[in-house]
Amino acid sequence: MSARAQHGFAPGGVEKRLIGAVAVSVTLIAALCIVGLSIGLLGHFTLAGLPHVTWEFLTQPPRNNNTEGGIFPAIYGTVLLVLLMSILGVPIGTITALYLSEYAREDSPFARAVRFAVNTLAGIPSIVFGLFGLGFFVQFVGKGMDRMLGHEQIVWGKPALIWAAATLAVLTLPVVIVSVEEALRSVPRLLREAALAVGATRWQMIRRVVLPHALPGILTGSILAVSRGAGEVAPILFVGVVYSLPELPKGITSQFMELGYHLFVLSTQSPDVEATKPLQYATTVVLLLLTFALNLTAILIRSRIRHIQRVS
Amino acid sequence: MAPALEPKIRTFELNVYYGYKHALQDVTVDIYANRVTAFIGPSGCGKSTFLRALNRMNDLIPSARTTGRVEIDGINIYDPSVDVVEVRRRVGMVFQQSVVFPKSIYENVAFGLRLNGRIPKAELDELVEYSLRRAALWEEVKDRLHHSALELSGGQQQRLCIARAIAVNPEILLMDEPCSALDPISTAKIEELIDELKSQYTIVIVTHNMQQAARVSDYTGFFYLGRLIEYNRTRELFTNPQRKETEDYITGRFG
Repeated sequence: MSARAQHGFAPGGVEKRLIGAVAVSVTLIAALCIVGLSIGLLGHFTLAGLPHVTWEFLTQPPRNNNTEGGIFPAIYGTVLLVLLMSILGVPIGTITALYLSEYAREDSPFARAVRFAVNTLAGIPSIVFGLFGLGFFVQFVGKGMDRMLGHEQIVWGKPALIWAAATLAVLTLPVVIVSVEEALRSVPRLLREAALAVGATRWQMIRRVVLPHALPGILTGSILAVSRGAGEVAPILFVGVVYSLPELPKGITSQFMELGYHLFVLSTQSPDVEATKPLQYATTVVLLLLTFALNLTAILIRSRIRHIQRVS
Repeated sequence: MAPALEPKIRTFELNVYYGYKHALQDVTVDIYANRVTAFIGPSGCGKSTFLRALNRMNDLIPSARTTGRVEIDGINIYDPSVDVVEVRRRVGMVFQQSVVFPKSIYENVAFGLRLNGRIPKAELDELVEYSLRRAALWEEVKDRLHHSALELSGGQQQRLCIARAIAVNPEILLMDEPCSALDPISTAKIEELIDELKSQYTIVIVTHNMQQAARVSDYTGFFYLGRLIEYNRTRELFTNPQRKETEDYITGRFG
């Protein structure tokens, strides 16, 4: 060792430095892979698909056995499905999260059971939700409603938009519950105590302090859950989505087309798969854009509310 | 001279446990109406626990258990027939950190008032102004009532908290180290305010600052290891402590 390196801060041995360099390189390469993958994936679909996303493509129904024309019914169906799913799922999820975070005692057996159920739901493969939707919503609830209402024809007891939305709502419930609960728990204890200290009831505290404070988190969580549900195909296979439709769905008991399923149909069920390739790419781009739009909305709503909260 | 001494709050063998920890042991004390009563002691001695027992704030801590009695005007606030919400309305509280809501200055003060149904705008305006004046904040904020309360300085925020507590017209004000996060000038303002408010309210203040206790209070209690070691007129306690622990603490031998 040279005379200059005799002090206590001399660099470590070659081996140590080598291990350090390897660690840096491995982690950096892994991180670069992720960036590369997402850029490659998005770039590939955008380059191949975007030129085919024309006004006609967006506003026309498919023609000639899905080999020509547009995807308007699928966009329409997807938007309706997602809206209905949110209307059904987000309130129930939010209320459950409220119970878990605000009312249930941490150690109560019931709260534990609810948490166990939520975790279990989150782990179930999505195709199983589809079968559940068919068995429970279509066969049990739907058929039951027909019997109770005394319908001659089947109105509710068949695959339909409402049952697909309900099935997806169940699928996204765990995501909604977990993210909303997190948002509620992030409200500082001091704010809660300050509300109670001036004579607020527990509900007034929740209504006037906890919910407004957690609102950005609740909305973000819900929209993220919704955008997850919007991309699911498997759960709706048995409960209302169809190959192609002569007309747009008229109501919540109609069947519908959906983007993800339409993509599957284009790429596997077409008489001429090669001919549908541009359509497949374009459909993929539309599906991606829709999901991005939802995520972007989540971000915008959150920052907007934070801004309003600071001044009002 | 101030009116005759009447006990506003009386505690009898008050005990608080957090799980297995016996945080407050057998505290029996009378706190007098329209006086300032300070409780001092080293960190973890039970003084804040005691304060939070007086408006049942400890109820919020799942592991906390309280035994004994706290009587306000002769009524035990731990009696099952007592509505805890009503207790907290009559016993206001100001916290160590100024906890303002992320709303306007006006809405912060109006918060407690709005809890009991709709109030005509004119009346609300009047009550907000009155409360802000009482908290010595009106002159500083009257032109920006609808600005965010988060724009205020730390000292102003703490006075806003006092205004919010006063607005619902409580009889008792509990203050949990209200100045520990403030600079000396803001602290002086709050102390001045405490002196003005005591004609109208019974004030109980917890502080780790002995000089502050000596300056603002009429009565002082010394807590140590969960027990109320000594309780007396402030001047007596500081000049002629009866217990060795008190003397050691106020002379700075520990703490």
